[in-house]
Amino acid sequence: MNPEYTMATHIGIRTDIPTPERSPETAPYWDGAARGELWLRRCGGCGRPHHYPRSICPFCFAPEPAWERASGRGVVYSYSVAGRTDAPYVIAYVTLAEGPTMMTNLVDCDPAALAIGQPVVLAAPPAEGGPPIPMFRPEVLR
Amino acid sequence: MYIVGAYEHPTRKADDKSVAQLHAESAAGALADAGLSKDDVDGYFCAGDAPGLGPLSLADYMGLRLRHLDSTETGGSSYLIHVSHAVQAIAAGKCSVALITLAGRPRAEGLATGTAPRVYDAAAPDVPFEFPYAPTTANLYAMCAMRHMHRYGTTSEQLAWIKVAASHHAQWNEHAMLRKVVTVEDVLASPRVASPLHRLDCCVISDGGGALVVTRPEIARALKRARVRVRGSGEAAKHAMGGDIDLTYSGAAVSGPIAFAEAGVKPSDIKYASIYDSFTITVLMQLEDLGFCEKGQGGRFVADGNLISGVGRLPFNTDGGGLCNNHPANRGGMTKVIEAVRQLRGEAHPRVQVPNCDLALAQGTGGQLGSRHGSATLILERE
Repeated sequence: MNPEYTMATHIGIRTDIPTPERSPETAPYWDGAARGELWLRRCGGCGRPHHYPRSICPFCFAPEPAWERASGRGVVYSYSVAGRTDAPYVIAYVTLAEGPTMMTNLVDCDPAALAIGQPVVLAAPPAEGGPPIPMFRPEVLR
Repeated sequence: MYIVGAYEHPTRKADDKSVAQLHAESAAGALADAGLSKDDVDGYFCAGDAPGLGPLSLADYMGLRLRHLDSTETGGSSYLIHVSHAVQAIAAGKCSVALITLAGRPRAEGLATGTAPRVYDAAAPDVPFEFPYAPTTANLYAMCAMRHMHRYGTTSEQLAWIKVAASHHAQWNEHAMLRKVVTVEDVLASPRVASPLHRLDCCVISDGGGALVVTRPEIARALKRARVRVRGSGEAAKHAMGGDIDLTYSGAAVSGPIAFAEAGVKPSDIKYASIYDSFTITVLMQLEDLGFCEKGQGGRFVADGNLISGVGRLPFNTDGGGLCNNHPANRGGMTKVIEAVRQLRGEAHPRVQVPNCDLALAQGTGGQLGSRHGSATLILERE
């Protein structure tokens, strides 16, 4: 492991992550997240993927967009270092390689080294019994 | 149609008052201002700050006898939309005297308004996909600021000028929570809330309320108050568009042009602007989107005191706004309309009154600029 990586401030592993509410409409998303994966829905009518997943396409209203596994790659669209200064976390929007931009947290990062446009990849699901929600970490650790 | 009554509740911390009571006290203030009585009201408008079943619960509490109700809820922008809807309802003959109220007591309740993640409704479809990441009011607006800085080169110093201008106005307002004039350096030296926003980039948290009365010309002409005509209005909803997100503009880009077209005026005609100021970035983005400057040039536009009454080209929020004066119920739209009415009547504080202020704009956003929000624009004129 890159020594700079282990020395970086490990932020964003919050202990207070609430468990998102599941529904039949969104169960495949959370099942995938539990495996460390990110899933999107892509419309069979207009061909566009969207996030968060819906059972009707928000672009053309065609029913039942198909589920597909996302690459887990993206770039930082925007971010903010928030929370108490002694326990900061990074909230962000990441634009996925597939197109949609989603809210997330950036983890395993040095908040001072973050930048808009920076490539990020899906991080391992948070350990220690936290709910598996898709988070991202820098692709290249600097 | 005309705004004939406007009242801002003077309290900023209401430990000993209920929310319904604050609504009623605000209503009484606006009706007295108009020279009308409770029994004249036949249309009532309120939003999500109203307890219970909204207009039903408050009509019951206040003893209103109504033939028109509207509980349109778009967060802090609701009350500007209510003005627009009241104009439409009166024009359609559904009511003659419309009362609009707002009240809340987040300060007395000790609510961590801006910095704690809050589930606004567990059944909202977006909540499972956002709430686990700890979005807060402050960090959602902060992400807009971060992206705007990246895209247009906007700086923290430029944002700070918005707070500086608000503080110059608040010093004359005896009810304002923050009356000390601050400098750009003060803003930048205040603690980080959510980068790139500092504590002084944020609005105050206050209890209080406000109310407006809208009526038709025949009634307005029989009253003693100066008449404020609603010349144009527009509303919009901007949201996350299935992931097609652009945080660099607000719903004012839609509601503004609608209102200007209806009013038949342009941004350069506006003598005074009330611009919703939950955060400094909120003001900057709305000013651009309304066309007061080119998109992306908001930072330059607000710098060097350009928003200070008597100093700059566009006096804004001369009561001190949400940034310094008052942000009752965490919803700033009501006070935006009230200060615009004061300016048009020539009743703002003499030190901030805009000379010959005959055309004003009030702009509100509600919800979160960084996820989904309503936007409403009113263009008001003195008759």
